[in-house]
Amino acid sequence: MLAFLLRRLVSLIVTVWLASIVVFAVLQLVPGDPALLMLGVNAQPDTLAALRSQMGLDQPILTRYLHWAGGLARGDFGVSLTYARPVADLVAERLAVTLPLSLLSLVISTVLALPLGLLAAARRGRGGDWAVLGFSQLGVSMPSFWIAILLILLFSLTLHWFPAGGFPGWSGGIGPALHALLLPALALAVPEAAILARVTRTAVLDTLAEDHIRTARAKGVGRVAVLLRHALPNALIPVATVLGLQISFLVAGAVVVENVFTLPGLGRLLYQAIGQRDLIVVQGVVVLLALFVVLVNALVDIACALADPRPPAAGKGGES
Amino acid sequence: MPTAKQRFTLAAFAFAALALAATTQTATAQPRTDLVVGMALEPPHLDPTAGAAGAIKEVTYANLFEPLLRVDADGKLVPGLAERWSVSEDGLTYRFTLRPNAKFHDGTGADSADVKFTLDRARAADSVNAQKAYFAPIAQVETPDPQTVVVTLSRPDGLFLFHMASGDAAIVAPESAATNKQKPVGTGPFRFDRWVAGDRVVLVRNPDYDGAKPKLDRVTFRFVSDPAAQVAALKAGDIDAFTLFSTYEALPEFRNDPKFVVTVGSTEGETLLSTNNARKPFDDVRVRRAMAHAIDRKTLIDGVLYGNGVAIGSHFPPHREGYVDLTGLYPYDPARAKALLAEAGYPNGFDTTLRLPPPPYARRGGELVAAMLAEVGIRAKIEPVEWAAWLEKTFKGKDYDLTMIAHTEPLDIDIYARPDYYFNYKSERFNALNDALNRTQDPAKRNALYGEEQKLLAEDAVNGFLFMLPSVTVQKAGLTGLWVNRPVQANDVTGVSWK
Repeated sequence: MLAFLLRRLVSLIVTVWLASIVVFAVLQLVPGDPALLMLGVNAQPDTLAALRSQMGLDQPILTRYLHWAGGLARGDFGVSLTYARPVADLVAERLAVTLPLSLLSLVISTVLALPLGLLAAARRGRGGDWAVLGFSQLGVSMPSFWIAILLILLFSLTLHWFPAGGFPGWSGGIGPALHALLLPALALAVPEAAILARVTRTAVLDTLAEDHIRTARAKGVGRVAVLLRHALPNALIPVATVLGLQISFLVAGAVVVENVFTLPGLGRLLYQAIGQRDLIVVQGVVVLLALFVVLVNALVDIACALADPRPPAAGKGGES
Repeated sequence: MPTAKQRFTLAAFAFAALALAATTQTATAQPRTDLVVGMALEPPHLDPTAGAAGAIKEVTYANLFEPLLRVDADGKLVPGLAERWSVSEDGLTYRFTLRPNAKFHDGTGADSADVKFTLDRARAADSVNAQKAYFAPIAQVETPDPQTVVVTLSRPDGLFLFHMASGDAAIVAPESAATNKQKPVGTGPFRFDRWVAGDRVVLVRNPDYDGAKPKLDRVTFRFVSDPAAQVAALKAGDIDAFTLFSTYEALPEFRNDPKFVVTVGSTEGETLLSTNNARKPFDDVRVRRAMAHAIDRKTLIDGVLYGNGVAIGSHFPPHREGYVDLTGLYPYDPARAKALLAEAGYPNGFDTTLRLPPPPYARRGGELVAAMLAEVGIRAKIEPVEWAAWLEKTFKGKDYDLTMIAHTEPLDIDIYARPDYYFNYKSERFNALNDALNRTQDPAKRNALYGEEQKLLAEDAVNGFLFMLPSVTVQKAGLTGLWVNRPVQANDVTGVSWK
């Protein structure tokens, strides 16, 4: 287990380091001068030069990379070129929206998907199954930004139950903040729930076909008990793997949904920073996202290794 | 059937509800003193003296910061931090008298030393002022007493006062200049309260303001970039007024709804089919005139702005004094366009590219312009680019054939006299007119010179002169005092109130 963890840690560091090189290099290639963007069409050459030197853009590329990467290694993400604030502060501020939003939609999609998947598996080929499959097909086909617009139309413009967008901040209390996050979380959750329900259904059906289930049934265990106590725990491993993948998708999907609901999240920060060529912010956020994805994947792997009731296969790290 | 007790409870509830409704009624009978303004773009920071982004001035101008002079809703110069000013005969010496009791929001007095600091900072070698050229004519700034500033110019500049009324010339204090980006400290009737990054900036009334006090005590600027979200926020009542609204297709809906009022004015944005005058075949005036004849401005305005725009025939806004109507110079005439092209040696037209930056007027307008040019044989390949790439390749690199862009700086006809500007237009006559303008103070003579300039640009068909970008505001009924036109980039809310 220790060697496994160590391997994961090394690959994690290497991946994040490679990500830092790629994002830095790509941003050097993309046309666009942050100083010119800031000063606009009437800027004079000497003013541009002054600002470029203030931003540190007059240094050679390698010096800039080493300066930035060295800061990263010490946990210093640098100072935004446009906002003139530490990137860490900006990111922390935005994570306070994106993280709860992603978690909330993760909870919603799981709460929706597991019972639906179980129901479909239990009612295989019957009405309930078809209904769940229908929902799943519909949910997968509709992108979350479209669901977001439909939700706004119904709940904000017609019923006036929820605001049409914006975020009051957590300082105003948990109630109003959650109120503002619920619709976007739902919009994000529906497509994820659709996929998850389908995966759950398949996983449960696969498990139901296994020998130990037949044995349990033969021993007189009831249908529901077999489903919940024997089939579900085994089916959870593929479900958890998909869930892990989905966390990354949720963060990506949040970029779009944050724009529809004008939520000040990490996605909008990245989107604006790219438009303004705020290189320091883009680099910082991309590296953080890479770190996040790699971490989640590692955690899922570890969780699966721990949750797998089968003994580790011989020679596959069983003795470490 | 409900029992007597249940009935009583129901009646009590109904009564309570009515009472509640009545109290909220009386509460709303008082005019509101807060305002939520919607804007499409968020400012990158809040220091108007260190950035060109229009959104910075749309939050701060006149509200938080005051220049020496201000531009009012009609485009006239009115007192700002200076309560009066005078100009010497030779146009070289400007004397400003400041308001005696003006204070910065941090409590420190605003006097001539702050003005000197501001002007010297803007023209210093390490200045990052986006309009540093505005300050270039200044030779020295003197402060004979705390209330008086004397500015001496090295050469006459007919636009000097106008430039000193821009947000770029907002007066800042040495104590707060370095932190204005995040915590702006000005002398205006509103002070900065907080900035929820990505979402809103909140201003509150400045109780210590020495001039006319605003009626609002709280103004929130909310930033909503998505067009569908803008419409939704207005309809849901989250936003009271959306300025520079560009989701034109939604306007009929708002016009038909008595809860909203739609105003359409003009910005200072001349929308151009910018043309690389140095590149073949656009170096031939016949080709440029052919393009002018090929473009049907009426159809363009209908298609891009849903009719909410005014055609132009040169680089000057119709609402300003000195405007000359040249829209009739090149009437829409594809046959004439083809004849001119043939005369220039392109009987079968030619291939070119049309680069389009992100704003909807450019993306939509570009499609239409390309179709119109195709009618006369000019096959323009459309190349959409993002803003950063547009600035880098088109504006700075001057590597382009045609592009479509609105030039939003007020009174910027002098860009045609700049030696290295991206139009690559070179005209001794125009430069002479521009020099004459700089030496002229008399308004009537200035307007005559502006007229000459406009005619020359139209005759040379330097660019495709298309339309003025409209200033569209969608606001709740009962709100008064918002600007209809936008003579400078600003959302001046100092005169706004609810009925």
